[in-house]
Amino acid sequence: MSINESENIMLLEIKNLHASINGKEILKGINLMVNEGEVHAIMGPNGSGKSTLSSVLTGNPAFEVTEGEVWFRGKNLLDMPPEVRSREGIFLSFQYPVEIPGVSMVNFMRAAVNEHRKYRNEPALSASEFLKLMREKRSIVELDSKLANRSVNEGFSGGEKKRNEIFQMAMLEPKLSILDETDSGLDIDALRIVAQGVGKLRTTENSTIVITHYQRLLDYIVPDFVHILYNGRIVKTAGRELAIELEEKGYDWIKQEIDE
Amino acid sequence: MQALESYIDLYKNYSKTLSSSCSDLMNSHRDRAFDSFSKLGFPDTKMEDYHNCDLQKVLSYDFGMNLNRLHIPTNPYGVFSCDVPNLSTKLFFVVNDKFYKNEKPVVLPKGVLCGSLNELTQTRANLLEPYFAKLSDKSQDGMVQFNTSFLQDGFVLYVPANVRLERPIQLIQVLQSPADLMVQRRVLVILEEGAHAQVLLCDHSLSSNRFFSNQVTEIFVGKGASMEYYELEMGHLSTTRVSNTLVSLESGSDLVMNGTILSNGMTRNNVTVRFNGKGSEANLSGMALGENDQFIDNHIFVDHAVPGCKSNALYKYVLDDSSRGVFGGKLLVEKDAQKTIAYQSNRNLCSTRQATMFSKPQLEIYADDVKCSHGSATGQLDESALFYMRSRGISESEARLLLKFAFTADVIDNIRLEPLRDRMKMLVEKRFRGELAKCAGCTTVNCS
Repeated sequence: MSINESENIMLLEIKNLHASINGKEILKGINLMVNEGEVHAIMGPNGSGKSTLSSVLTGNPAFEVTEGEVWFRGKNLLDMPPEVRSREGIFLSFQYPVEIPGVSMVNFMRAAVNEHRKYRNEPALSASEFLKLMREKRSIVELDSKLANRSVNEGFSGGEKKRNEIFQMAMLEPKLSILDETDSGLDIDALRIVAQGVGKLRTTENSTIVITHYQRLLDYIVPDFVHILYNGRIVKTAGRELAIELEEKGYDWIKQEIDE
Repeated sequence: MQALESYIDLYKNYSKTLSSSCSDLMNSHRDRAFDSFSKLGFPDTKMEDYHNCDLQKVLSYDFGMNLNRLHIPTNPYGVFSCDVPNLSTKLFFVVNDKFYKNEKPVVLPKGVLCGSLNELTQTRANLLEPYFAKLSDKSQDGMVQFNTSFLQDGFVLYVPANVRLERPIQLIQVLQSPADLMVQRRVLVILEEGAHAQVLLCDHSLSSNRFFSNQVTEIFVGKGASMEYYELEMGHLSTTRVSNTLVSLESGSDLVMNGTILSNGMTRNNVTVRFNGKGSEANLSGMALGENDQFIDNHIFVDHAVPGCKSNALYKYVLDDSSRGVFGGKLLVEKDAQKTIAYQSNRNLCSTRQATMFSKPQLEIYADDVKCSHGSATGQLDESALFYMRSRGISESEARLLLKFAFTADVIDNIRLEPLRDRMKMLVEKRFRGELAKCAGCTTVNCS
């Protein structure tokens, strides 16, 4: 492959993706292309398949892909186990971050960062280098140092859990971040901190898929494209104005349009 | 039953030989214990407490005991240095069933006795007579009476009133023999009023033979005394260990006990703790890590015979491969034992489909002003936590390891001896990584 060709490779390319859980089809033919540096918002009513899409992209074994292809930087994503997808540069900010009692944030992050480094043939960070990195990235989302010493997400408030997700994103520097309802359960101040954190992490190379119900997050993370997911398919794609229109009119008009 | 008969015959033929090499105090309990043993026999699976533990099957194999005290050349100092970093202990060895005389004399506070059971029950018979076999003679477990019948040596620690041992006593028991072997092991620990001691017992198998170790440990904790007792099992797959630990607590005393099984073939540990005086506290904990077709059975019996005592028991199992775990916990609060506080918890992780766990928590309360709870739960690794970790780039095997390690954390935290706690974390991690055979402390040990 020549250098010129490689520049044209799409960051993420989803073709006719079908997926089901316990035999029930949730995704019914998703098509989506994401270039480097772009922000895509995915909106849609409850139960339309938004979280399923993020689970399938990150390789959650609870879901079965029944049809279609997903290419990430020219590689077949569906062939990779979840940990390899992460090392390749995909990150999911969980809608419901998992509590892991007994595993400290420090040990958890050190294991993750060093696995990423190993994958890139880089030496493991020394203890002091690692702690320095933790300190630096923690400040992006104003995460208390006490939280970093506790067990992963254990006893964290809703807002702290979401901040912790963005902190992990900062540590792992993904190429594609999927924010699954990162704004849900946040008060105004926490929303600002989280959204500004995401803003600080943006570069011209990394891309973001924002799954949300509300326009308010998109005030901070301005999308290039807004997609509406309904009944397992992307039924409408437009610019930022679509999110504003949805905020005013709700989803009923879309549903009517589609169901007719 | 054949095994029982052959041991009965063996005793009849060899009781003179046994007596000839042992102290009068040890011999004075022998015949009575043998009578009990003949009546009780070996525990079988028809007994409620041994329902899941088939000792008869193992005992049908003829291991052979070293009744004639044949010399088995071993120098535990040469092959073994259990280097718990920063844990400077007073180190003692038992090789098979015989106390190994220390190379250099060990300096201990005045009045403290520490050494061979056979020797000290001879030279200090008056001092030890009120304690030796006092608890074991009452036991209704055939294995305990079997032990007293065939006993030839063991280990004694005696701490006089108000003496505090600043450094832990470490007893390393090794199994090494040119042929398969059964050993009767005995530990006697006496803390007089106000005394304090920490004891760490480590069990290792050094040669690859089949071993059967039948241990009886008697612990007396006097008024206001405090005792920490730790056991670490690192036997190999061809080792069977049966152990009965009998503890008596006087008023105002404090006991911390932790038993960890890092590796072994078959394990059956009975722990019996009895409160004899008010205001005492016992913290019991244990951890069992099973792999291959290992079998681990812990039975804990806490007897609140008097009012105003507190007990807490926490036992956890992590079972890999097709290993099997059994836990039996019985908490008895007797009629007048008011103001008792007693908790018991058993938590288990079966990390494969083949691993099995049997758990039976029991609570019997005959007093009406008590605070008690018991609980048991067995489950698998949390799938959502596994996925969460993998989604951050952590491999599945590493994620499993971190979760298993996390599961054991609160048991390890029960260990008060800090260097041992750190060492335990390292050993547990190594064990989960399958690196235990390369343990820095063992140069020739076959732990796999």
